[in-house]
Amino acid sequence: MRSVASKVELLVKIASFVVMIPQELKLNPKIFDTDVEQAPIREGYGKGLLEAGRVDERIVALCADLTGSTKTDLFAKEFPNRFVQIGVAEQNLAAVASGMAAMGKIPFITSYAMFSPGRNWEQIRTTACYNDQPVKIAGSHAGVSVGPDGGTHQAIEDMAIMRVIPRMTVISPCDAIEAKKATMEAAKTPHPTYIRLAREKTPIITTEATPFEIGKASLLFKPREGKAEVGIIVTGALVYQALMVAQALEKEGVRISVLNVSTIKPLDKKGIISFARDARRLVTVEEHQVAGGLGSAVAECLVENLPTPIQFVGVRDVFGQSGTPDELISHYGMDERGITDAVRRVLS
Amino acid sequence: MLDEEKKKKLVHVSNEIRKSIIEMLLEAGSGHTAGPLGMADVFTALYFHILKHNPKNPEWEDRDRVILSNGHICPVLYATMAHAGYFPVKELMTLRKFSSRLQGHPHREWLPGIETSSGPLGSGLSQALGMALADRIDHGTSSSKFFYCLVSDGEMDAGNIWEAGMLAGKEGVHNLIAIMDRNNIQIDGYTEDVMPLEPLKAKWEAWNWHVLEIDGHNFEEIVDAVEQAQAVFNRPTMILANTIPGKGVPAFERKYEWHGKPPNTEEAKIALDALRSLEGRIISENS
Repeated sequence: MRSVASKVELLVKIASFVVMIPQELKLNPKIFDTDVEQAPIREGYGKGLLEAGRVDERIVALCADLTGSTKTDLFAKEFPNRFVQIGVAEQNLAAVASGMAAMGKIPFITSYAMFSPGRNWEQIRTTACYNDQPVKIAGSHAGVSVGPDGGTHQAIEDMAIMRVIPRMTVISPCDAIEAKKATMEAAKTPHPTYIRLAREKTPIITTEATPFEIGKASLLFKPREGKAEVGIIVTGALVYQALMVAQALEKEGVRISVLNVSTIKPLDKKGIISFARDARRLVTVEEHQVAGGLGSAVAECLVENLPTPIQFVGVRDVFGQSGTPDELISHYGMDERGITDAVRRVLS
Repeated sequence: MLDEEKKKKLVHVSNEIRKSIIEMLLEAGSGHTAGPLGMADVFTALYFHILKHNPKNPEWEDRDRVILSNGHICPVLYATMAHAGYFPVKELMTLRKFSSRLQGHPHREWLPGIETSSGPLGSGLSQALGMALADRIDHGTSSSKFFYCLVSDGEMDAGNIWEAGMLAGKEGVHNLIAIMDRNNIQIDGYTEDVMPLEPLKAKWEAWNWHVLEIDGHNFEEIVDAVEQAQAVFNRPTMILANTIPGKGVPAFERKYEWHGKPPNTEEAKIALDALRSLEGRIISENS
């Protein structure tokens, strides 16, 4: 009996996956399973950098004494002549990279997001963006989910400070596989680009077959039938939490859609406007300050084009602190409960 | 080595460049005076004797690179480039004006021949070093290019310069040649009052640089130092060029008040008169 019940449950699960997850995205079929695979987003970066380096010899990597934990070591090991160890000197990291780009290289610079782009903002602005050089900045260990290291190491302002610089592309991948693709795609553009990475293992949402394009948002979840009552616009590892919320609310009869915005800039305005037109009420979700990040970008777009009620989920003008990633995500209201509360607020 | 005729020519050119600096700053109504006048001889030596470059083809791949880190002294860079044939001398009168290619601080995209945009101090040496490192990846130690970075002494306050100094020493980049404008002034006063820099030579030596100290108004010393730097095969070179801020206009010389302001009409007249009277005379402090 029990095995029949679990088989039925499995069939229901597959059926709901098929109905609510657009099939053309070829997402991980195990998303809603408790044993979904997990991997750190930064690992996807390391693999993407190595892969990109194999196909394009103009690619060089520079690191500020964090080669192992940013996964730059994969590249450094295979291409020692194209790797520069800069030491704990993030301003130099950015400006040396700009000089290398001026000679035709495509430099990837890596550190923790708190230090790069946290400490070297002006060098990034002037030597990479104002100079229009294709420097690629990978900021690892972003967000409060760095955990025990505490507030000094939790970059929750990085997307805001990068998004505001002209010419900068800002990408915040939702899992390790998307991070790998984002890194490889970033290597092909002539633009300065910031790629935001997280430290902790997070669930794998996409597959190698899932399409990825810089500047394109993707609809990951839609109601079983009819239009959504609330649309969740989300970026980074919290895409997983948003999907969990959507599935749980669907069971309660609340119709939700979920849009993964992995490129914060240039923002997929067309995609966001059409998503907002269908849902009419929105919740934005990001592991970042509410000020200046994804929510702000979405609001800027919609206020001009299609004013829509929005509730923002994110950190509200405070610093982080030590704790486990789960404790912190929950404390700052970015967990499933926090997102669900925001959905209820925007509905009422 | 410089023969007498060449030396005479350089003295003449640098004087013309100084006049242009005064004229363009007067027309602009803002900008920096002391630094550009003080570095006119170094820029003249670079663009009229040392550099491998082609003013008619600024994008020439094999050119030497000049990276101006202290972008605020750009009037001397613009004036030198114009006199060298990069663009018409009369365009100097557009300095700092709306839509001018001669931006208040240099912008690489606006004017061909400018390698990097600069102004915020401290990051030029890093960019020059990055260029040299990239060049080494492509050409090893057999590169035929040199990377000349002009830095200021006030810029030594910035941590970014120290970071670049350490990395360049570690990497032993032989074709990176930095020339520091050691004029002892910055905006707020004398460098040793604002933030003591001495012993300057020892700092760079400690970072594994080959360090030379010269009179930055003596063409023979400038050229000899650069030739020596070019011969060093395992380390970057720092040339500490002792200069006089405001050089050529006695009324402006050695006064930090002239760091960041342009002359008015009357002051410009005094300056141009002084420069005209200098015509044909050797201007080195040591001669």
